[in-house]
Amino acid sequence: MSSVLILGAGPAGLAAARAARRRGASVTLVDSSEQLGGQFWRHLPAERPAARERILHHGWDTFRALQAQLVADDGCRILTSASVFAIDATASPSTTGTGPGRVHVIVGPSDGTGRERIELLPDAIVLATGAHDRTLPFPGWDLPGVFTGGAAQALAKGERLAVGAHVVVAGAGPFLLPVAASLAATGSRVLGVFESSRLSSLVRGWLPRPWQLLPAAKKGAELAGYIGGQLKSRIPYTTGASVIAAHGTDRVESVTVASLDKNWTPVAGTERTLAVDAVCVSHGFTPRLELAIAAGCQITDERFVAVDDAQATSVPGVYAAGEITGIGGVDLALAEGALAGHAAAGGNPFDLPGEVRKRRIYEGFARRIEAAHGIRPGWPDMVTDDTIVCRCEEVSFGALCSTAESTASTSLRSLKLTTRAGLGICQGRVCGRSLEQLIARRLPGNTLGDTVSTDRRPIAVPLRLGELAAAARPTDPSPTTPTPLADPPKGPTS
Amino acid sequence: MSNDVIIVGAGIVGAACARAFALAGFSVLVLERGTTAGGTSSACEGNLLVSDKGPGHELVLAQFASRLWSSTAADLRAELGDTFPSIEFERKGGLVVATTADGAESLLAFAADQRGARVDARVVDAAEMLELEPDLNPAVAAGVFYPDDAQVQPTIATEALMASARRNGARLLENTEVTGGLFDDAGALIGVSTNRGPQRASRVLIAAGPWSGDVARRIGLSLPVRPRRGELLVTSRMRHRIFHKVYDADYVGAVGSDDRALQTSSVVESTAGGTVLIGSSRQQVEFDSSLRVDVLTEVAAKALRLFPFLATAAVMRSYGGFRPFMPDHLPAIGEDPRMPGLWHASGHEGAGIGLSLATAELLRDLFLGRTPEVDPSPYSPARATLAPHLELVA
Ligand SMILES: Cc1cc2nc3c(=O)[nH]c(=O)nc-3n(C[C@H](O)[C@H](O)[C@H](O)COP(=O)(O)OP(=O)(O)OC[C@H]3O[C@@H](n4cnc5c(N)ncnc54)[C@H](O)[C@@H]3O)c2cc1C
Ligand SMILES: Cc1cc2nc3c(=O)[nH]c(=O)nc-3n(C[C@H](O)[C@H](O)[C@H](O)COP(=O)(O)OP(=O)(O)OC[C@H]3O[C@@H](n4cnc5c(N)ncnc54)[C@H](O)[C@@H]3O)c2cc1C
Repeated sequence: MSSVLILGAGPAGLAAARAARRRGASVTLVDSSEQLGGQFWRHLPAERPAARERILHHGWDTFRALQAQLVADDGCRILTSASVFAIDATASPSTTGTGPGRVHVIVGPSDGTGRERIELLPDAIVLATGAHDRTLPFPGWDLPGVFTGGAAQALAKGERLAVGAHVVVAGAGPFLLPVAASLAATGSRVLGVFESSRLSSLVRGWLPRPWQLLPAAKKGAELAGYIGGQLKSRIPYTTGASVIAAHGTDRVESVTVASLDKNWTPVAGTERTLAVDAVCVSHGFTPRLELAIAAGCQITDERFVAVDDAQATSVPGVYAAGEITGIGGVDLALAEGALAGHAAAGGNPFDLPGEVRKRRIYEGFARRIEAAHGIRPGWPDMVTDDTIVCRCEEVSFGALCSTAESTASTSLRSLKLTTRAGLGICQGRVCGRSLEQLIARRLPGNTLGDTVSTDRRPIAVPLRLGELAAAARPTDPSPTTPTPLADPPKGPTS
Repeated sequence: MSNDVIIVGAGIVGAACARAFALAGFSVLVLERGTTAGGTSSACEGNLLVSDKGPGHELVLAQFASRLWSSTAADLRAELGDTFPSIEFERKGGLVVATTADGAESLLAFAADQRGARVDARVVDAAEMLELEPDLNPAVAAGVFYPDDAQVQPTIATEALMASARRNGARLLENTEVTGGLFDDAGALIGVSTNRGPQRASRVLIAAGPWSGDVARRIGLSLPVRPRRGELLVTSRMRHRIFHKVYDADYVGAVGSDDRALQTSSVVESTAGGTVLIGSSRQQVEFDSSLRVDVLTEVAAKALRLFPFLATAAVMRSYGGFRPFMPDHLPAIGEDPRMPGLWHASGHEGAGIGLSLATAELLRDLFLGRTPEVDPSPYSPARATLAPHLELVA
């Protein structure tokens, strides 16, 4: 009986857990949040959301079914409020057993005391740690009242809290629309959605092979649904424009919106000011790669986990699914998760042709998102000398440049250590990639002198020194697995 | 174009040498396979310690270096100006404590010996210890205070030394890897080959830290420098509650040990950035940089023995590097007896930040034919204790 450890209980992790259980593996599912569901489902209240939000409706059923099945299954052990803080992947069997590594988990609410350390030695690991949304720095982005789309949506969905009375949503990507919709649903007046990409690149991204979009029609309908919804609630949707500055003393009071050219460089003379009390800005996603890097997995040039058709990474026994392998939305995450869980439990992708087909369809969707909305190189023109680039350590762009000038350093590692940018409590999760680009842009050939990556964080989540000092509880045996999970013939769950 | 000196490696040792040589009027070319401070010198702590060294040649060099740091820190500030980040030189003093009765006895004996070698080592009683460090575990058995222990931020110090070297005429080629030696028809060393073509010089100085053995091998000789892994923990920013370098007397034993197996000891200090740095481990695992949680657990537990309040501090990062370890526990500084023109400045183990300045002065004086302030013979690659290791074929 093989044991499969699944890290992350978002759509990808949940689908992986079920697939691995169907193959008869014993499964442990670990997530740092209190509930299952991940980024997409985490904050939905128990009652059904408004019928207008079609994707949420559909997603909610899928989630409820997955959750119910796994919770009822004694072959699946679920650990919530459990954060993986490190993976020991040293080659010695005394450290890793015969599997891919020793996984270190701290269990208990993160603000609570009495958390406990456990260590797991699975036969296979499925990484499904997802992504967080990325906001590019601009003047005023550190003011209270400036939210990422994800944070705003979490408040809106989870706590029914409106982030403000008058808000704008800006950045890039199709997920600005659901964010705007949730804000409107909690009573905020959304003055506008500003999509940085210009209509031409949206058309280029979405239309070259429109027939490919047909099988992903649900996705198209979902987005059209949002746009329809927006128009109905009179939310203007503007392309080729974005928030380039936020103003205010104690919190945001207004924003400057400007047109952007195709490289996202603000066009002089197009600025206008809107009075707001909140702004939600997301420009894309950053996959959470630290555990994949700790496990030794190869990372692609686009900086996702490299996987093959079976969702296998470059490390034997380690699989990856969901946003860490590419940004493609919840349906792609579900398909990849099912294939990864199945393979981790010894299966072959050919056994699940339906999932393979879905993956192909939604991968096309993912590529379109990148082509249409991917971050363009002109964005640093928004940044001024006094723009804070690292919020934790309060490092301004001007300070970064002046240090880079005086040391003449071309090295990211050195510049982090000489300026403290990226060394704060978020460990570069918020600013890392933007720092890399801001520094590289000043250098000949736009390239850094070193190959250091801000994605590497051997300690994946902070823990208390006392927790680290306490020896881990002896490794739990895997849950015993009486029978494989039954494969339901049909229904909304597959 | 020919140079007086080629320096292989732009860590703190290479940077300090480049500066000293350039100031003395030599034409200097630094070749670095990555970027400045990309090796051990940005993967360590910046302790400038006399406290951990017993009477002997390493202590002599450390005492010399300690004097040099005060004046060099001031010179660098004057030369580079206020826009250059501060190297954070601070003579904050070290407090060494023993946590057991046995440990207390050997600590006090060690300190007495050090006083014989002109180290300011003051035995402090429990009340004085708590005055120095109010949050220290009151259960410690004995303590010795070393006012001369100091620190720098090692990456900034390396960058500052290199910036100064360049202002004084040294040239630096980054992303340039030395791949071998260049010899004339008579077999004499006349430079090095690199991935970007040959470079000539009358002297070649290997300052490649733990990779010095590898560079020597490429040039055709063996050098017994081995990597010794060290891992550290960094907490998130907190109110300043630790005022000196505080460490467990076990550390002294770990430094001098030849043991390949894991050893940990805790050196706890606050940084100018507001974080607390907790180090470190010593383990010979070649160049394997993967994280080892069991090692970090031990380091954390030892730190809590000193400062119980740290139990609730958040650990946000861990990093580590490879100390350039020598079999006889002394750096190799000087000309290689086997190959005229080939010089060494490596093997400083866990003290290369501190010793870099002294190493550079020594070599500069040897280049100039002057008598160095400190007798160079104990560090010479021609010394007797190193001879058996040099006989090995590359
Ligand atoms: C604002 C916003 C709106 C969106 N709207 C849509 C939409 O309308 N339609 C759509 O298709 N998609 C949408 N998405 C994308 C969708 O949320 C993702 O595609 C989906 O959640 C990805 O699933 P996943 O399982 O890969 O990752 P996630 O859902 O992010 O799950 C990853 C899980 O891993 C856990 N984790 C990470 N690291 C650790 C660790 N070290 N220890 C323990 N647990 C860990 C996290 O807690 C998390 O629960 C939206 C995303 C955002 C941010
Ligand atoms: C965890 C830890 C803690 C430490 N704490 C302290 C401390 O508190 N105080 C102290 O004094 N010391 C400390 N040390 C030791 C100190 O860091 C080292 O002794 C010192 O950094 C060595 O400097 P270096 O310039 O010789 O080597 P490095 O900084 O490693 O520089 C060598 C350079 O050579 C380059 N190189 C290698 N091969 C080639 C090639 N073929 N061609 C061109 N370039 C090449 C490398 O890229 C590198 O940049 C610590 C070390 C560790 C690991």
